[in-house]
Amino acid sequence: MGKKNKKFEWTRKHLLGLRDLTAEEIGFILDTAEGFEQVSTRSIKKAPTLRGRVVVNLFFEDSTRTRVSFGLAANRLSADVIDFSKTSSSVSKGETLLDTARNLEAMGIDIVVIRHCAGGAPKLLSKNINASVINAGDGFNEHPTQALLDVYTIRKERGSLKGLKIGIAGDIAHSRVARSDIWAMTKLGAEVTLIGPPTLMPGKVEELPVKVCYKLDDVIEELDVINMLRIQFERMGKAQFPSVREYSHFFGLTVERMKRAKDDIIVMHPGPINRGLEIESQVADGANSVILKQVSNGLAVRMAVLFLVNQAAMKRQKK
Amino acid sequence: MKEILSAEQIEKALSDLVNRIALDIDPNTEVAVIGIRSRGEILAQRLVKKLSEKLKREIELGVLDITLYRDDINDPQGETQPTVRSTEIEFDISDKLIILVDDVLYTGRSTRSALDALMDLGRPKAIRLAVLVDRGHRELPIQADYVSCRVDIPEALKVSVHLTETDDVDRVTVK
Repeated sequence: MGKKNKKFEWTRKHLLGLRDLTAEEIGFILDTAEGFEQVSTRSIKKAPTLRGRVVVNLFFEDSTRTRVSFGLAANRLSADVIDFSKTSSSVSKGETLLDTARNLEAMGIDIVVIRHCAGGAPKLLSKNINASVINAGDGFNEHPTQALLDVYTIRKERGSLKGLKIGIAGDIAHSRVARSDIWAMTKLGAEVTLIGPPTLMPGKVEELPVKVCYKLDDVIEELDVINMLRIQFERMGKAQFPSVREYSHFFGLTVERMKRAKDDIIVMHPGPINRGLEIESQVADGANSVILKQVSNGLAVRMAVLFLVNQAAMKRQKK
Repeated sequence: MKEILSAEQIEKALSDLVNRIALDIDPNTEVAVIGIRSRGEILAQRLVKKLSEKLKREIELGVLDITLYRDDINDPQGETQPTVRSTEIEFDISDKLIILVDDVLYTGRSTRSALDALMDLGRPKAIRLAVLVDRGHRELPIQADYVSCRVDIPEALKVSVHLTETDDVDRVTVK
């Protein structure tokens, strides 16, 4: 049972994005997450690791999966969890992000998990408070823990990402998941192709380490993994494609299209799903789908991230 | 550096341990061996093989990672960062007699962590502790049930257990 990364030392107190992480660091988080999986499967689903630490879920945007997942991850490690949402707090009275965070910090919190509509909000926070900051999605920038659970899921299915052809299809422009995925997947050795209409491609796409394809049919046959992103109606101003029907005709993952894909293609989706739009129900619930496994794995990955940032913070305090 | 146990002595010590453990086991009792990562794991592998032969029945083996239960997670001691690895216990420990195996018994803190970790997995009938070396200087009220080598080693010195599976050689040294 020889394990890689034995001598590796984790030093990051915050997790703001994957762009700046090395392949080794990403691999170390995934290795660590493996150790946390069993906490969720045994008779007492709790470990005392973060006892006495306080984790604040600071969510300025709606979320089901990420928020519950972080909350449960922190609970399973015995931390105290405070849930904070925009509508029921003083943010609705006009308090700024930094004031809110500083006030929370004055009460003695250790880790802030933040989701914010502005890209860079977690970074700003990390420079102004002493607590550890974990990015749970900022604007169109990054959503590191989602990408970590994506690569964790692929690694569990295939052993490694080296040489895999991965397609990320849909609304890339509005997707922080896509951005974090691109960093994580390419750093771990996969070849990433973005698939979608030109209107949903991000600006400066040529600067990203990816291929671009405007028709799902052109690449479906060669993909080992396909990650179907959600069409984010709430972020789109005016129409960026002619009609929903046309979109699903060209870019939807249908039963028909799946017949042309490799037999063992891994179908992923970060959720929430627009059934019948970007993915047909039979495909989302089919044998190739790992969509619910992604959610379970998210728990182990988030426990690992909470554990690691806390460990780095403690170590710094000591020095 | 001084050698306190040679390869031969380790082999003999393990056989002695197994004999003593076997004497205490009632034929009707369900037994399982669990090693504490990482050297305890290897010792447990060897021990379970001998014990299965001795008792003429298959004894289950598990591996316990105690990182999540350490008492210095929020108060790091020393330079090395603990790495979380997986606990691999594929059977229900409830109502079984568990032989917990570690290489060196020192402060007793790892044993404390291991006991807490085991309790979260179920309710064993009993837990017995078997160690290769008891070097003294306990910080917690914990004692082993089976000890191969009892020796008082001053706190300033380090006891290292080398095992062929990971270190190419069997021996225990003091430095």
